[in-house]
Amino acid sequence: MEFTSILFYVFSLFFVGSSFVMIVSRNTAKAALWLILTFFSAASLWLLLEAEFLAITLILIYVGAVMVLFMFVIKMLDTDQSTLRAQFTRYLPLGIFVSLIVIVQMTLVLNAGPFDLDTVGLPEQHGASYSNITAIAQQLYTVYVYPFELAAILLLIAIIAAITLVHRTQVKSKKQNISEQINVQAKDRMRFASIKKNSTKESK
Amino acid sequence: MWQSFVDLTHQLIPWFDGGLADILIIVIKGLALIFPLIIMMAYMTYAERKVIGFMQLRIGPNRVGPFGLLQPFADVFKMLFKEVIFPSKSNIYLFLLAPILAFVPAVAVWAVVPLGEDFYIANIDVSLLYVMAIGSVGVYGIVLAGWASNSKYPLLGALRSTALLISYELVIGFVLVTVVMIASSVNLNTVVESQSGGILNWYWIPLFPMMIVFWIGALVETNRAPFDVVEGESEIVGGTHVEYSGMPFALFFMAEYFNMIFMALLAVLMFFGGWHSPFEGIPFLEGLFEFVPDLIWLLFKMSFFLFLYFWIRASFPRFRYDQIMRLCWKVFLPFTIVWIFVVALMTQLGIGPWF
Repeated sequence: MEFTSILFYVFSLFFVGSSFVMIVSRNTAKAALWLILTFFSAASLWLLLEAEFLAITLILIYVGAVMVLFMFVIKMLDTDQSTLRAQFTRYLPLGIFVSLIVIVQMTLVLNAGPFDLDTVGLPEQHGASYSNITAIAQQLYTVYVYPFELAAILLLIAIIAAITLVHRTQVKSKKQNISEQINVQAKDRMRFASIKKNSTKESK
Repeated sequence: MWQSFVDLTHQLIPWFDGGLADILIIVIKGLALIFPLIIMMAYMTYAERKVIGFMQLRIGPNRVGPFGLLQPFADVFKMLFKEVIFPSKSNIYLFLLAPILAFVPAVAVWAVVPLGEDFYIANIDVSLLYVMAIGSVGVYGIVLAGWASNSKYPLLGALRSTALLISYELVIGFVLVTVVMIASSVNLNTVVESQSGGILNWYWIPLFPMMIVFWIGALVETNRAPFDVVEGESEIVGGTHVEYSGMPFALFFMAEYFNMIFMALLAVLMFFGGWHSPFEGIPFLEGLFEFVPDLIWLLFKMSFFLFLYFWIRASFPRFRYDQIMRLCWKVFLPFTIVWIFVVALMTQLGIGPWF
């Protein structure tokens, strides 16, 4: 057995195993951590397929940014697990039905032929000097430049929409004017009060 | 000699196409890197206390060994034999996983960095992206430490510092993009090679403002003063570390120092010409300093940046949290975006003496 196939089986085992544990896990934070392990295993599998740029981007974006925000939400929300799980089994028949449809669809698509080794052929093996990132950049900025730009504009619109949704109503948060705070002078903060000298007599 | 050792290992362990031998060699290389790093980290704590001590007109550690030189080892043994305390109602698995998750990325990131010409563990094509990806994983240590401790101050410290870390990762990413555009490569080896030829060819001259931004970002990413809001002793006791003692705390501590050393190294590789001598191409001086090995130049430049950490820590009071955030989103981010456009235009049109 080749060493890369052993690596493939190890990573696949981690991939399937961690995604399974992620689903059955009762603790939300632990489920998020298992999902991170799933991402890492997927990235390792992509590395075996010589897609190192995609693999590292997966870790950079999903593990480094998206899942951190997930953890944020998990920390901020005090979810009562018992109420969430009270009516859980009610949706079980529907869930089984939907997952069966998905499984059938995937088997049909994957067995249909376009993904066969005979039709697609074995992908070309590249040497150590082959630069994956250069190849992607060349494709992205020449052949697919318009779809790329369109995707960028879509994302920009999404950002603007999200910001306008947040600021739709009057903002109630207390804001600090930092430039005013920095430029504050001593005379703005301190007040000299003149107290009469003979005021001590009255207190007696 | 190294090549013959590699061949010998392959002959002795021939199974799986030499895959096991490869792994063994990588482990040996890793250990050869980590042991000097641990010593370096231990003496950085000593140097930090000495430097800050002298800046505040104190002596610093001077009891253990000559000039207090054995102080780091005394600290290590103290840490090792301390009792590990688990807060009640904390999640013990996650509580112990947090320091590991902080420490592992801090070490894993060293797998791809070159320390000299042909002197690295792995030379991968996307090493800069790898560095950023693995560096961003280190946030989970802080997130989990805050969450699993089941305590108020750790949660507050974790919340505000994670928000800070992911914000400043953007800034550092943008700064690195400018360097990548000039070097036209994301391979750290190539980035350093493109800076060869004397001190005037290093990127700190054309990208000087970017270097300042990078260094401030590095201070935030490593949780160093004046941006150490994760600990903030005067505000939230000790931040995420409040509930940790003994070895778990030591792991956090080591992760911070490993990250510090790494950020100093990254600054050297990106802006200070890596292992290149500053006198390259200067007629007389080049020959005079010919004998200095690459690694010495690298360590010399790194120690300057490491000294900067201590210098800045002793000089500035701690920033307020919202001011650091403002600095990131309203000052640095627009600034770096404008610089990306400027650098892109200049590299594309070939303007400027250095591009």
